[in-house]
Amino acid sequence: MMLALRRRDELVCRQVVELVNDYLEGALSRRDRRRFERHLRACPNCTAYLEQMRVTVAATGLLTPEDLTPEATAEFTRLFRSWTDADGGGGGGGVDGTVPPA
Amino acid sequence: MEVAESDESLLVRLRAGDESAFLALVTRYQASMVRVARSFVPNEAVAEEVAQDTWIGVVRGVDRFEGRSSFKTWLFRILVNRARTAGVREHRHDTFDPTEPAVSPDRFDATGAWAEPVTPWESDADDRLVAATWGPSLRAALDGLPERQRDVVLLRDVEGLSSEDVCAVLGISEGNQRVLLHRGRSRLRTVLESELATRGR
Repeated sequence: MMLALRRRDELVCRQVVELVNDYLEGALSRRDRRRFERHLRACPNCTAYLEQMRVTVAATGLLTPEDLTPEATAEFTRLFRSWTDADGGGGGGGVDGTVPPA
Repeated sequence: MEVAESDESLLVRLRAGDESAFLALVTRYQASMVRVARSFVPNEAVAEEVAQDTWIGVVRGVDRFEGRSSFKTWLFRILVNRARTAGVREHRHDTFDPTEPAVSPDRFDATGAWAEPVTPWESDADDRLVAATWGPSLRAALDGLPERQRDVVLLRDVEGLSSEDVCAVLGISEGNQRVLLHRGRSRLRTVLESELATRGR
């Protein structure tokens, strides 16, 4: 580890943590990816760090939406009925453009 | 465990005027929509109006949705377009330091190597366990991120949009998106790390 650090070309841990996301995103240049992976092979700490980041991303993906409050459900039900009644066969407002009149 | 009905299937029902399909979509996306809209408009009330306007657009435009993008990408594009028209914020206090390190500098020694060993986390823990244990602190940490970071992490990691779609929805460059994602994810990791440390597992 210390030997590797003496080579100008080698990454140190403090640099590796700044590259972890680009690594996960596949955004590192081929050269940087090689240096990154070479560092990981020799460094259990950065390997653990990378894994922690993967777990973080996975755990964030498990966040589930909060339930609507009963008031919000009632309000959206009312709105849905008013929109679909008012819409008749007319086709309604623009999707990307201006807000249709209420 | 029940499997959630897909957006596509809910859309089929919504086209037929099914109210429960509409409510299921609202439940799924409303909270994230208000959060994202909030970064573009002056206050929470306007953000909620923008989200509501977006739902009108969805209900009225659902027949024209051709499925070339995913439903949620379409949804968030409408949302951000409307948020941009609804209110330009007088002043964005969303300045974050682009040089802020992913990990506190005092964790490294003079050579730039870790000063203390990094503890591996159990990554094979049951998903529901992870969600139940970390959900509340992660949610709080996500809400506490600077807005642009939060938007990117929310759309990428919570809603599962691709990086291309996130760039298109938010109107930011690929490079900018990566920086925001890096900062946001790094902060969330730090929160989970201290969470684990206080629980002393």
